[in-house]
Amino acid sequence: MPLLYLAQSVEGSVTRDALREIGELLGITTAEVEAVASFYTMYRLRPTGTHVISVCTNLACKLRGAEAVFEAAHEESGVAHGAEMSDDGLFTVHEEECLGVCDFAPAVQIDLGNHDNVSPERMRELVAGLRAGEVPSPARGPAFDSFKAASRALAGFQEVPSA
Amino acid sequence: MSLRFEPRLTRDWDDPSVIGLDGYVAKGGYRGLTNALAMTDVEIVELVKSSGLRGRGGAGFPAGMKWGFVPRDTGKPTYVVVNFDESEPGTCNNRELVERDPHRLLEGMAIAALAIGCETAYLYVRGEYLWQSLVLERAIGEAYAAGHLGPDVQGSGKRIDAVLHRGAGAYICGEETALLNSLEGLRGQPRLRPPFPAVEGLFASPTVINNVETLMNVPDIVVRGADWFRELGTEKSPGTKMVTVSGKVERPGNFEVPLGTPFRVVLEELAGGVLGGRALKAWTPGGSSTPMLTAGHLDVGLDYESLAEAGSMLGTAAIMVMDETDCVVDCATRMVRFYAHESCGKCTPCREGSWWATRVLERLEDGEGRSADLPIVRDLGANLLFRAFCALADGTASVINSSLQHFPDEFEAHVRLGGCPLKVEHLEEVSA
Repeated sequence: MPLLYLAQSVEGSVTRDALREIGELLGITTAEVEAVASFYTMYRLRPTGTHVISVCTNLACKLRGAEAVFEAAHEESGVAHGAEMSDDGLFTVHEEECLGVCDFAPAVQIDLGNHDNVSPERMRELVAGLRAGEVPSPARGPAFDSFKAASRALAGFQEVPSA
Repeated sequence: MSLRFEPRLTRDWDDPSVIGLDGYVAKGGYRGLTNALAMTDVEIVELVKSSGLRGRGGAGFPAGMKWGFVPRDTGKPTYVVVNFDESEPGTCNNRELVERDPHRLLEGMAIAALAIGCETAYLYVRGEYLWQSLVLERAIGEAYAAGHLGPDVQGSGKRIDAVLHRGAGAYICGEETALLNSLEGLRGQPRLRPPFPAVEGLFASPTVINNVETLMNVPDIVVRGADWFRELGTEKSPGTKMVTVSGKVERPGNFEVPLGTPFRVVLEELAGGVLGGRALKAWTPGGSSTPMLTAGHLDVGLDYESLAEAGSMLGTAAIMVMDETDCVVDCATRMVRFYAHESCGKCTPCREGSWWATRVLERLEDGEGRSADLPIVRDLGANLLFRAFCALADGTASVINSSLQHFPDEFEAHVRLGGCPLKVEHLEEVSA
C-alpha cells in the first residue's frame, strides 16, 4: 500500500504502468495490485487534478450545511458533477465520507490538509487562493502544496516536525 | 444533574506540553509501563479483567478477557494491533485523543504487548488522519529514543517495536478482520470467524486488536488500580467514555463523561443544547450504525446496558443531533448511501441491499415515492439485519429500521404529499 502512495506521489494518480511496475517489484500480478488499488478511495486510478478537494457530506457535516459547500467547490473550481477534474487540470472535487472532524463540521480536506467549519464562501476563497498559487494553511498539521506532495507523505516520506 | 468528576483521558488536554515526551513524563507518563514490567503477563491480564474495562470501539467486549484469549503456546509470535481507523460517521474522539496525548496511546499499547508477550505492535491509522499519523510517528521516535519502546524497554531486556501503517480510505477497515487484511496489504474485506483473531489474526498468528480509547485507559488502571477505575461509571460499564457530539447543537465537540451519564446532561450542559433553541427530533447515540433515538429518550444513560434497553447501542458514543427542521427520510437516505458506498461487496445482502435501499429512499425524498415503496424499505431493513459476514449491513439495517420505527408518519407523508413534507411546507402534516 505504501508503494501505491509512492507511485501516486510521482504521477499524481496511480497509472497502469505503476500497477504493472509494483506487481513486478512484489512478484505478484498486475491484477492483484489493481484489486487492492481499486478497493481504496485514496488511490486515484483516474485522471486527477493538481489539487484534490475532499468535501465531507456525511450526516454530521450535512446537518451543518455541507451540501452547499460541495456545490461551491464544484462551481468555483470548474469541475462539473461527474467529471474527474477541471478543464485546466488544476482541481479534482471528491465527495468524501466522514473525515472524522465532526466537531468542526462542515469539514473539508485540500490535499489532505484539514479545513474546519467551512462555509460556501470560505470554500470559494480557498479555491480562488489555490488558483492564484497560494497554499492555504490547514487547521492542524503541515500544508501540502499538491495532491502529489500529500501522497508522498502518505507513502511515509515526510519529515515530522518536532513537538 | 450537574456533571462533576475528575477527568481521566482528558485531564491534560489544557496542557500542550504532554504532546511531547518530556511533558508526558512530567505528568507521570510511562509509570504504568514501569509498573507493568514488574508484573507477570497473567497479572496484567487479571488486573485489566477486574477493572471491567470494555472495548471503546463499538462492541464493548471486555478488554482483559480479549487479552486472556490469546494462546501462548503456539510457537508463533503474538501481535497487538491498535485500531485507529476511526471512520464511524459522527466519531472523532480518537483523533483528538491522539492529537493531544499521543504517548498515552503508546504506553497503553506497550502494556498490552507485555500482557500477551508481543514484540511487534502495529498501529493502523486511517489514511485521512495524515496529520495524526505524523504526530504518532514523532511520539514513537521519542519513545524509542528514551527507551520506552525498542529492543530493551526501560532496561528490562524485553523488546517492543511499533510499526505504523496508513490505510487508504475504507470504512470497512475499522472491522477488525478487514483491518488485518488491509494491514497485510490486501483488500480490506472481513474474514470468516472462527478462527478468531485471538487465535489466528495478523499473519495467521494470535492477535489482539484494540481501539485507541480502550488502550489509553490502560496506563491509569495499572498505576491506580481496578477499584479506582470502577469509581466512575456503572457496575457493568465502569470508567469514562469519550463522546463526540455533532450536528444541530450549539457547541459540537468531544467530551469525556462517566459511563451512564444521561444524554440530557451531555446535550444541555456540555453541547449547549440544540442549535438555535430548536426542538430535538432525533439522535444517534453511537454513530450512524446505531439505531437512532428520539426526544423521548433524553434521560437514557450513555452506557452499554441502558442504551441496549432503549433499543440502541453505545457504539462509538458519537451523538449526531437532528432538530425539528431536519427530515428523517433525508438524513436516513444520506446514512444509507454511506453504507452503500462503503460496502466491501463481499456479501450479497449488504452489497445489493444497501444499493437498493438508497435508490428507494432517494425516490421517496425526491417526491417520486409510491405507497409500495414503504414495504420495500421495511423488507430491506429486515433482510439486511444479521445476514452478512460483518456488522456493516447491520448498520444499514439500524438506520432503516429505527427511522421507520420512530418516524413512520414522516415516511408515509413523503408518499402522500409527493415529496418531503419539510420542503413543501406541510409541517403540520407531520407528527414526529
